Amino acid sequence: MLKIDNLKVSLEEEDKQIIKGLSLSINPGEVHAIMGPNGSGKSTLSSVLAGKDGYVVNNGTVKFDGSDLLDAEVEERAALGIFLAFQYPIEIPGVGNMNFLRTALNSQRKTRGQEELNAADFLKLVRSIAKDLEISDEMMKRPVNVGASGGEKKRNEILQMCLLEPRFVILDETDSGLDVDAMKLVSRGVNNFLSSSRSFLVITHYQRLLNYIVPDFVHIMVDGRIVKTGDKKLALHVEETGYKDFLQLGKEKH
Amino acid sequence: MTDNYQVRDVIDKETLSTVRSVGGKYKYGFSTDIETEYAPLGLNEDIVKLISKKNDEPEWMLDWRLKAYNRWKKLKQPDWALLKIPEIDFQDQYYYARPANMKEKPKSLDEVDPKLLETYSKLGIPLTEQKKLAGVIEENPEEMSENRKVAVDAVFDSVSVGTTFKEELKSAGVIFCSISEAIKEYPDLVKKYLGSVVPISDNFFACLNAAVFSDGSFVYIPEGVRCPMELSTYFRINAENTGQFERTLIIADNSSYVSYLEGCTAPQRDESQLHAAVVELVILDDAEIKYSTVQNWFPGDENGVGGIYNFVTKRADCRGRNSKVMWTQVETGSAITWKYPSCILKGDNSSGEFYSIAITNNMQQADTGTKMIHLGKNTNSRIVSKGISAGKAQNTYRGLVQIGGKSQYSRNFTQCDSLLIGNKCGAHTVPYIDINNSSARAEHEATTSKVDEDQLFYCMQRGIGEEDAVALIVNGFCKEVLQALPMEFAMEAQKLVAISLEGSVG
Repeated sequence: MLKIDNLKVSLEEEDKQIIKGLSLSINPGEVHAIMGPNGSGKSTLSSVLAGKDGYVVNNGTVKFDGSDLLDAEVEERAALGIFLAFQYPIEIPGVGNMNFLRTALNSQRKTRGQEELNAADFLKLVRSIAKDLEISDEMMKRPVNVGASGGEKKRNEILQMCLLEPRFVILDETDSGLDVDAMKLVSRGVNNFLSSSRSFLVITHYQRLLNYIVPDFVHIMVDGRIVKTGDKKLALHVEETGYKDFLQLGKEKH
Repeated sequence: MTDNYQVRDVIDKETLSTVRSVGGKYKYGFSTDIETEYAPLGLNEDIVKLISKKNDEPEWMLDWRLKAYNRWKKLKQPDWALLKIPEIDFQDQYYYARPANMKEKPKSLDEVDPKLLETYSKLGIPLTEQKKLAGVIEENPEEMSENRKVAVDAVFDSVSVGTTFKEELKSAGVIFCSISEAIKEYPDLVKKYLGSVVPISDNFFACLNAAVFSDGSFVYIPEGVRCPMELSTYFRINAENTGQFERTLIIADNSSYVSYLEGCTAPQRDESQLHAAVVELVILDDAEIKYSTVQNWFPGDENGVGGIYNFVTKRADCRGRNSKVMWTQVETGSAITWKYPSCILKGDNSSGEFYSIAITNNMQQADTGTKMIHLGKNTNSRIVSKGISAGKAQNTYRGLVQIGGKSQYSRNFTQCDSLLIGNKCGAHTVPYIDINNSSARAEHEATTSKVDEDQLFYCMQRGIGEEDAVALIVNGFCKEVLQALPMEFAMEAQKLVAISLEGSVG
């Protein structure tokens, strides 16, 4: 599904390389976790995959279903089925949640040449997803993410995911700022959404989230590279010993 | 989940599809090919006399005009606004233009030239009594109830071509007609109130208007009457090289209520054209007027060629106790906008509100805002201004809040937000606050922001294209003001917001 080959990325503003030769292959139905210390380039990777401005790809390719992802516009990538759950979901004052969701869904459908969803079907769909995630009607009436708590914002991200039905989901530190109950809700949303045709890239500092969303592969990212790949036991190891063993690995590769 | 935002959903869908279909072109730029009768070029006493004669006016009206003309000759064009105004040659304009076949004013709408009716229908303003303003019918059939009727007075260049629902309004006691007709039919009311809110020598442009105004609308709501439908005037400039000078006078007698809408468009031309209007509102005890404007004069092209110079004086006089006025304006058109709809809060407990969206794109300039003059006790005012600049445009909010020495316990709240799109435009906020007694309270909040890259990225990551995302974010920014508009205008305004900003990103 997604194939990243020797990717090198630097910042547009300053000549600083953040991702320094990263390769990763994700097949349909797989859940991959990327763990790493602060500043290792995890969030940069998610931004580059989604197409955010401000980065320069110096080298490498990213293929999605065999075609070049980096050529596509941000909204085209979304319509292809790439979804980024933001670490810090953005507030949009004055724009109602429902209006935002419907505009997004119908924009994607239009790009894909599908018919737009009518208001009644749309409402029915959103209400059922919101109910599963225990998101209140009151919150659905609010402007996008405005006045929402950290946990509410993250649940809102999961609601958007369920509605838009992407095939490749990046969860960027979705666990940050969540209490145990909220984490359980979010994880339940994600687990219900898992299928053999969907893949996940879960970016996290901590092993905690991986107790709920169980990865098939765990990658340790240090200084812009994947330095170690294993299964879920690798995450437990990190939990016990921290990243210090891996920091050394990052240096050796230089 | 209320119906409220299902309606909004429809509106936004409409906004987005309009953005796609219109492609940044001024939608109302066509002109009507119709034989037009002009007064001779330029301005002098004879022109003033001619206009008065064309309107078949009584002597007192001509005297009033001549007094204004003689004052105007001594006045200087104001230069305090933050506007670069090219020199206007007041002798190189036509001050009167009317379709030749309007010489005899049609007695009913059936007699109006089909070409004129077609023009208004193309603008989405059907001059028939069965239909309503643009968009409402197709979009929200459930809203098509009796109380959504809108009466229209259509002003084409210098004359009113027709007024709908006149008879039905008359049976409720409401007078709604062109001002030229009112001068003849209701001279006592006109004499009593004309110039009582905006005196003839108030300012350079108002004084010019007093001398040469050719038509406009007149409304009188008698005591205790709630106007049974919304009233509106649609102004259309068609003739070349011609200024439009209309005058509107609305009187809400004790305990009455009216909601009034005003729309404006003009053809796309290379020469700039002058528009100098005066609107006077008189509000007596316990009465209320809501006055909404969607101003969409031709803004000029992206290089600043052509466009309307819009110099307008609008003022409401809350004379009575507990009187209330609400100005809502959406200013998207005109090359230059100079306009400060104001409230004089004379009656005790009176209140004035001003909600404004001013959008400038390309080379447009706007210097707009309000004046809240608190004179009575316990008066209230509220100002919500949203300025949006894109391209190389300059957008200034200028507002005065004055609370007089005898205006005890009066309050003002001002919120003034500016949004910048791109890095070649400017936004300026010039508040004047003048408080003369210690029991008054005035609050002022102001923000300036840019369309946020993160917000755009967030919308686009969810699949929304860049221009649609800008329209969505800007409509969100303006929401408080859009909500203050009557529904049919809110829809129109949302579309306009999106269209006006076409090509402002990327």
